[in-house]
Amino acid sequence: MSSVPVNRQTALPGFQETDNTAENPAVRAPLVLNMDRFGQVTRQVCQVAESKKPPLAWYVAFTISLGLVGLLGFCVNYLIFTGVGVWGLNNPVMWAFDITNFVFWVGIGHAGTLISAILFLFRQKWRTGINRFAEAMTIFAVICAGLFPGIHVGRVWLAYWLFPIPNQMDMWPQFRSPLLWDVFAVGTYFTVSFVFWFVGMVPDLATLRDRATGRIQQFAYGLFALGWRGSNRHWHRYERAYLLLAALSTPLVLSVHSVVSFDFAVSQVPGWHTTIFPPYFVAGAIFSGFAMVVTLAVPARQLFGLKDLITLRHLDNMNKIILVTGCMVGYAYSMEFFIAWYSGAVYERFAFINRAFGQYWWAYWIMVSCNVITPQLFWFKRIRTSIPIMFALCLVVNIGMWFERFVIIVTSLANDFLPTSWDFFTPTWVDMGTMLGAFGLFGTLFLLFCRYLPMIAIAEVKATMPQANPHWSGYAEHDHGHAGGHSGGGAKPSFASPDALHSPGSGPDGGPIAP
Amino acid sequence: MTSFAPTTSPVIQGNQIPRKRLYGIMAEFHDPATLMAAADKVRLAGFRWWDCHTPFPVHGLDQAMGIKRTILPVLVFGAGLTGTTIGFCLQAFTNAASFSIWALVWVTGYPFLISGKPLISLPAFIPVMFELTILFSALSAVGIMFLFNGLPRWNHPLLASKRFLRATDDRFFIVIESRDPRFFASRTEQFLKDLGAKAVELVEV
Repeated sequence: MSSVPVNRQTALPGFQETDNTAENPAVRAPLVLNMDRFGQVTRQVCQVAESKKPPLAWYVAFTISLGLVGLLGFCVNYLIFTGVGVWGLNNPVMWAFDITNFVFWVGIGHAGTLISAILFLFRQKWRTGINRFAEAMTIFAVICAGLFPGIHVGRVWLAYWLFPIPNQMDMWPQFRSPLLWDVFAVGTYFTVSFVFWFVGMVPDLATLRDRATGRIQQFAYGLFALGWRGSNRHWHRYERAYLLLAALSTPLVLSVHSVVSFDFAVSQVPGWHTTIFPPYFVAGAIFSGFAMVVTLAVPARQLFGLKDLITLRHLDNMNKIILVTGCMVGYAYSMEFFIAWYSGAVYERFAFINRAFGQYWWAYWIMVSCNVITPQLFWFKRIRTSIPIMFALCLVVNIGMWFERFVIIVTSLANDFLPTSWDFFTPTWVDMGTMLGAFGLFGTLFLLFCRYLPMIAIAEVKATMPQANPHWSGYAEHDHGHAGGHSGGGAKPSFASPDALHSPGSGPDGGPIAP
Repeated sequence: MTSFAPTTSPVIQGNQIPRKRLYGIMAEFHDPATLMAAADKVRLAGFRWWDCHTPFPVHGLDQAMGIKRTILPVLVFGAGLTGTTIGFCLQAFTNAASFSIWALVWVTGYPFLISGKPLISLPAFIPVMFELTILFSALSAVGIMFLFNGLPRWNHPLLASKRFLRATDDRFFIVIESRDPRFFASRTEQFLKDLGAKAVELVEV
């Protein structure tokens, strides 16, 4: 087997895939296809933000998303002006769709940080193709997540009680409560993820600034590029800071979903009070997050022509991670059952049997079939590398992970210690509208990001190309050529040949090389 | 007008400011290998006020340029410890103290007694202390990095050069500043050309 990419023909034009998934330990598999010059990467990424009009599908998706944001606004305002009674909550089920959505969205975010931080520490170079938009996904997901605890408190105008703000009542938050840890964990997570994303984007914003032709673009990109000029003395500190951010984000991301799981695990409710929750939640978060990355990456690379940068190998790798984390989640489900039996606690045993065969049995089995059975298909390489199948499977995983949170929260609450207080939760249209609206908010932010910001980390992708290594074999001849002056240009044509297409801002003498 | 006055160099008069001053010389390279070899020679030639500009971090260039390792991590460690301390003090004061302190306004702690747990219950304080450690470290890592880099700075002389627009795309530059004691415009220009620069340009302020 070799690592040489193979073109895979399909019946539909525009849907051909280059297969670079072959494993050959002797040859590093290419992560950037059909490009051997840095300028090509720049153009390929920047053309999305620089094009006059995005593809038609973008407008369609944006209109739908914006409509859902309108629905979200309506539902949230209706809730605030009327009261939490507009949701389907009842006496034992005080948490339902609100916290389900909160945990779901926080979990989605985790894949972004895993890609940007943990894969960075493990020197997984393939992360560069997907880290930028995965990080953007993290930020937008955490925005959606933050909405729900904010509105479920009932009296929204008192939400500032969550923070230790000096007030005339001499009243402080209770720091021994996991709910307050959550405020700090999610707050820190959002801030650090945002900073990580922005810092990574500064060099690419400078690229867009330097290529921009319109005054508005020059000003806007220039403002946020902070005057970045690629100085190596800057790069030196930048890389250090980036490494530190990755090293700090890694324990942070593990802590965030652990703290979210403490909201449940620290309580006494059967079905919640288990020690497996922190690792189980983190694995589930990464599982759902990667499924969401694939769900977003597949249409994005197709629509914006980024198949050479987000290659089949990237998708294949992500599907492998989905398989691994899917197995972890499956293990956690079975271990929960085992511990419920092994603990000998009758309430605990009841909670789990009730989960699988009680009034919410359908939710439980949707969860198991979507999260445990479906990802097993990714053992097959044909499935891991088939675009339509992986897209469908990842949608299924997204649904399954939403149901996982629903099952954990609602089944445990609906049938608690006292059978007289048992009840059944049914969502109202406001519950449904708010949930759909959050997807709309996420979609709107993501589509705006795709349209106006560099969707792929240009500088990082360039750094993973073999040409970025000064000791690349292609330069060997080159080096000798330069010793004598300016005779090197013609020696190595493939890399140093003049660009037919110069960047728009480079002027008439953008540095042609003597052939 | 015929003038019998001797020819003199232009003298700055009144509020007239010299329009142009030499900032330095910029040399353009087309690949990282040539750049790195050139950077090595510039360092050996004894220049100090100079820099390389690349579209992505080139590995090994730090050594070629002789850049000293930044002390950033040490400062970030300090910031992290500050975060831990603030996290502890915040919780211990607000949930256990019965005295007032002045923090912009006078504030009083409130000893919370929750299910008979000790007032200062360290295990329960750890998550917030941890999060604040991360928050302080991350923000300081970025803040100090930009501060040391002198960014944001939107008006750098190099940013006025058309040629330099490709420093964020696919070109590699070495810039030697005129304030370097070893800088002599003509000689430095020739030096950079001999290093394999594809183009050399004077940068003015």
